[in-house]
Amino acid sequence: MELLAEIWQAARRNKLRTSLTGFAVAWGIFMLIVLLGAGAGLINAQRENQGEWVDNSMMVFGGMTSKEYEGLKEGRDIRLNQGDIAITETSFPQHIDQVGAMLFENGATISLGANYVTSSLRGIYPEYATIQKVKLRAGRFINAIDQQQQRKVIIMGERQARELLRGDAAQLIGRRVKVGQIAYTVVGIMRDDDSQMSNEAIVPFTTLRTIYNRADRADRIAFTFHGLQTEEQNEAFEEQYRAALNRNHRAAPDDADAVWIWNRFTQAMQMERGTTIIETALWIIGLLTLLSGIVGVSNIMLITVRERTHEFGIRKAIGATPFSLLRVIITESVLVTGFFGYIGMFLGIMANLYMDYSLGAKPIDTGLFQTTIFVNPTVSLSTCIGVTVVLIVAGTIAGLVPAVKAARIRPIEALRAE
Amino acid sequence: MIDLHNVHKTYRGAQPLHVLKGIELHIDRGELVSIMGASGSGKSTLLNILGILDDYDEGEYHLDGTLIRHLSETRAAHYRNHMIGFIFQSFNLIGFKTAVENVELPLFYQGVSRSRRHQLAMEGLERMGLTDWAQHYPNEMSGGQRQRVAIARALIAKPSIILADEPTGALDSKTGVEVMELLKQLNHDDGITMVIVTHDASVAAQTNRVIRIKDGLIEQP
Repeated sequence: MELLAEIWQAARRNKLRTSLTGFAVAWGIFMLIVLLGAGAGLINAQRENQGEWVDNSMMVFGGMTSKEYEGLKEGRDIRLNQGDIAITETSFPQHIDQVGAMLFENGATISLGANYVTSSLRGIYPEYATIQKVKLRAGRFINAIDQQQQRKVIIMGERQARELLRGDAAQLIGRRVKVGQIAYTVVGIMRDDDSQMSNEAIVPFTTLRTIYNRADRADRIAFTFHGLQTEEQNEAFEEQYRAALNRNHRAAPDDADAVWIWNRFTQAMQMERGTTIIETALWIIGLLTLLSGIVGVSNIMLITVRERTHEFGIRKAIGATPFSLLRVIITESVLVTGFFGYIGMFLGIMANLYMDYSLGAKPIDTGLFQTTIFVNPTVSLSTCIGVTVVLIVAGTIAGLVPAVKAARIRPIEALRAE
Repeated sequence: MIDLHNVHKTYRGAQPLHVLKGIELHIDRGELVSIMGASGSGKSTLLNILGILDDYDEGEYHLDGTLIRHLSETRAAHYRNHMIGFIFQSFNLIGFKTAVENVELPLFYQGVSRSRRHQLAMEGLERMGLTDWAQHYPNEMSGGQRQRVAIARALIAKPSIILADEPTGALDSKTGVEVMELLKQLNHDDGITMVIVTHDASVAAQTNRVIRIKDGLIEQP
């Protein structure tokens, strides 16, 4: 308390100088917070856009062989089939949990009375909803009985539903709509989320397969897995799994182009790594900006010590220990840095809130799809604590050289210097 | 009280300067002595050594029974704080502190509580007849008043000795006489050992003993 009074008494004599220096610190922290906030906003938006997939899932689709094998030439189209689904379901029980497959039918017209909407159909396994998160607005998803009995049930997007029936989309549940010439019962309505999925209509896999004569084909297989923690484990598993599917299609086991595997887990890992790099880079840029402020504080404290040499000489003569002077200067430095740092932090958070308000709410239309660039561009409490630590450390460093200088003042010389 | 035996001091540099060449000095408790000497005689160096502001190369210096030699800065600060009261020619008060705050300062470095400090400082000022000036800043006071504040500051920690460096040097003759009277009175009433460095013969004449220093040696009478 007394220390603070001492410092206040000394600091208020140089208000302008202290404020100008403080501005540099405030600016540094402001930049740091704004950068971190903007970075967090970008990263959050990325996460949100990726969020519809369960993290530990893989998606498989057919490609084209790139190697000769067993007398078959390269460049052969591979289309997934029931055999691949069976392999996925049975061959890797130690890792694979739920398996879903999907069929596409483009250009289906769904109609209700005179109203119609053009959409595409997805034939889906009931398990699929847990692999790729489907957000239902009302009703239910495809279930096992639908799949087994090849029921003609359909799940539509909210927007599509409104094209068919004005008012609340949920009213459509239970109504019969026509897809082409065949009648389906609407059992669920999906929430619109700007993802592709909500612009499609979902029917049971088996229903689509039978009606559109897909024989034993599958356009896509997706599954969840467990027990693959590292990237190496994932790669090893993918290799085995790929070999098994390739064998099913008489493609070289190591042909990476015959089937495509999209591993959400490793992708998330890589993205996490990228995120860490971005965050680190932002911290470094912010801290470098702050550095100029710290140099400023250090400089000002040096001038202060020089100006107060005579006073420190008097204090030493009447019994001030070197440590007590060291403490006064470092505390003053930390307080100046901290005070203005917090002003900068406050303004930075304000700027982030403004960013959230002005950019965060608005989706950007890229022409192909809509996306939000900023989602919740704010800094976390841990960041604020981190910044506080940075400020205290920075203030100490800034005060260190001047403080040592003050502590080393020799009273005889200081008293002579008048 | 003060015992110097064969004290030598050389300032190192391009041309080493042997300033004190074996000082022998003994001052008893309660003495009022003055040290006189021409500039360059070594009297400032001697004062700095007595005040533990500077170290010496050779010999021994005992202050109140304590050997003062090659002390760490912290230790020296501690001794200065507890054993020595300084009075300077130019007062050396801190400009942005009031009279009472200046007087309190030595106690601040002893860790005395704020209210106790204030009380003792006010008592000290009262003794100097400056109660009404307690809340004034040094630049609002006359030279004589400032020197009395400095004297109150020197006394507050109840030191073993008072070292005064030309205490009347910056004062007009009338005020100078008053300050000398005050110092003499303190010496007489409280029995405080007092060493006054001066080149003013009339000041030296008021002390009990005059020590003359010349070319780094005490002149024997």
